[in-house]
Amino acid sequence: MNLIRWQTPGLSNWAGFGRLSSLRDEIEQLFEAPLAEFTRTSQLLSGRTPALDLHEDKDNFVVKIEVPGIKKEDIDVTLQDGALSISGERKSDEKFEDAKVYRSERFFGSFQRTVSLPAPVAADKIKAQYKDGVLTVTLPKTEEAKPKQINVQVN
Amino acid sequence: MNTTVENQTANNHLTRDEYVAPNVDIFETTDGYVLQAEMPGVGKDGVEITLEENEITITGRRTPETVDGEALFRERHNADYRRVFELDPAIDTAKIAAKVEQGLLTVTLPKSERVKPRKISVD
Repeated sequence: MNLIRWQTPGLSNWAGFGRLSSLRDEIEQLFEAPLAEFTRTSQLLSGRTPALDLHEDKDNFVVKIEVPGIKKEDIDVTLQDGALSISGERKSDEKFEDAKVYRSERFFGSFQRTVSLPAPVAADKIKAQYKDGVLTVTLPKTEEAKPKQINVQVN
Repeated sequence: MNTTVENQTANNHLTRDEYVAPNVDIFETTDGYVLQAEMPGVGKDGVEITLEENEITITGRRTPETVDGEALFRERHNADYRRVFELDPAIDTAKIAAKVEQGLLTVTLPKSERVKPRKISVD
């Protein structure tokens, strides 16, 4: 849906016009943006169900999940029947137990995400790394799962 | 409460940076305030804290990631984090300290000494 710009020569020199046209652009964006843009800014994907990305290249699957402020020992990563499960618990800091609370937006408690992998992976070669609050799990594909080139013979 | 910051560059182009507001917890103890902001994907070098008059601005820039292969499923966003807070005048701005651990920024804002209750001895 496109809103057509209507401009008279006199108006375009008006100092305030720039701000009005950016307002028009913003409204236009509102109609054109895919639905994913809205879910990004909502708080649905944090806390109990942390946001997760799944990538695939020819050798590995890479899962990235955002779980800031957790101790390494409170995160559990398991693979069962071709599905990767990441779970854990965010425990509140005892230091602030007696403090007065002004704002509490962070989620405390247990979280869990499970993702099915489209192809088999070598379970013993899985690596997981926790850096800057992002857990990255690299799952190497089994040899059979890697893409193979098949030569076509022409007679 | 996500913010957009507009900047006018030298060529009169308007740049727009979109930021997401991080989730924060704010506590008050007898010594001062503690603010904890969740900014996954932000390392020590990505954090910027600025003070202006009685406002504190916390900005977290994500460390750029190398994309592995093709995305099958994406929920995480790439936006940087930004949030502004108004400070209690009792805070001693010179003693504000911050540290980042696993995407969690903890800012300690101690109250100035003269505000704390103290006894005055009588000669």
